[in-house]
Amino acid sequence: MAAKGKVTFSRDLCKGCGLCVSACPLKILEMDRETINEKGYNPAYCADPQKCIGCANCAMMCPDQVITVERF
Amino acid sequence: MAVVFERTKGLRPVSTHYCPGCTHGIIHRLTAEALEELGVLDRAIGVAPVGCSVLAYNYFNCDMQEAAHGRAPAVATGIKRVLPDKFVFTYQGDGDLASIGTAEVVHAAHRGENISIVFVNNAIYGMTGGQMAPTTLAGQRTTTSPLGRDPLHAGYPIRIAEMLAMIPGAAFIERVSVDSPANVRKAKKAIKRAFEIQLEGKGFSLVEVLSTCPTNWGIEPPLALKWLRENMIPYYPLGNFRDKTKEEATDE
Ligand SMILES: Cc1ncc(C[n+]2csc(CCOP(=O)(O)OP(=O)(O)O)c2C)c(N)n1
Ligand code: SF4
Ligand SMILES: [Mg+2]
Repeated sequence: MAAKGKVTFSRDLCKGCGLCVSACPLKILEMDRETINEKGYNPAYCADPQKCIGCANCAMMCPDQVITVERF
Repeated sequence: MAVVFERTKGLRPVSTHYCPGCTHGIIHRLTAEALEELGVLDRAIGVAPVGCSVLAYNYFNCDMQEAAHGRAPAVATGIKRVLPDKFVFTYQGDGDLASIGTAEVVHAAHRGENISIVFVNNAIYGMTGGQMAPTTLAGQRTTTSPLGRDPLHAGYPIRIAEMLAMIPGAAFIERVSVDSPANVRKAKKAIKRAFEIQLEGKGFSLVEVLSTCPTNWGIEPPLALKWLRENMIPYYPLGNFRDKTKEEATDE
């Protein structure tokens, strides 16, 4: 199935709060435990981009304007 | 492919000092988006409070003025009366607006000042280390109510929106919350409407936004949203408490 949406993260702005992870209805966002960003946090990323529907719920809840959302 | 969400031009392209998961960041964004969408960024003057959002002047992409603790509505009154063509708003916490600054906001509303207020109620003094605020819930633990707020000793939590809605000079009073994507979208609508009221010259408008303080509540950010939903909303019901433009429409 082709993705309907796409989320892009400004990873160095992320504070690792996890609000996007809990807002995503498809549960495809995760904290990247392999990466430490400029601020010293594990930033959020999309673990399964094919499933994104571009609903922007993640961006709605992000307190740090980390996420840009596109829809196809 | 279309961009459906990107960073607003109403915020400067900088990182904030707010704690991870603090909803001040969401409320900054909604305020900034409303300024951008109404096309008033180049003539807006914001008044920053004392509290965690004391540095709001570093974030909003418009002219800003810092006020002494609680005095933002008085400062905004002065600015708006001298420069009536500017769009003037304050951004204030509950320690700022509902404690030391109660007199200023009550009188600004009574005078029907044509200013807009974004009031961030997180039921605590965030900046100073989590002391009890007038808005702290009964039973809520803070550094100055370690056994939970006891209303018999500390009084009852103050409901600002309901109180201000009874003031004849108040044109628009609404309470919203940022605990879920749907409520964030509603909060944005209310802030935009409050700002339009000023642009229409209708007088005093205030939006109370229920917010979290994960750090001083001692609750991780996603669970802090749940705590807000389950504890704050029952005592601080959401909704519009005053909209003079609608009352006028039904009077006619
Ligand atoms: C005249 C004066 N009194 C007290 C203080 C200490 N003080 C700084 S911020 C604050 C309360 C902030 O709480 P709130 O307005 O709820 O903002 P938050 O940090 O929760 O967003 C207090 C009491 C001060 N700075 N000035
Ligand atoms: S102390 Fe509380 S209100 Fe202040 S920035 Fe941190 S989480 Fe936000
Ligand atoms: Mg507060």
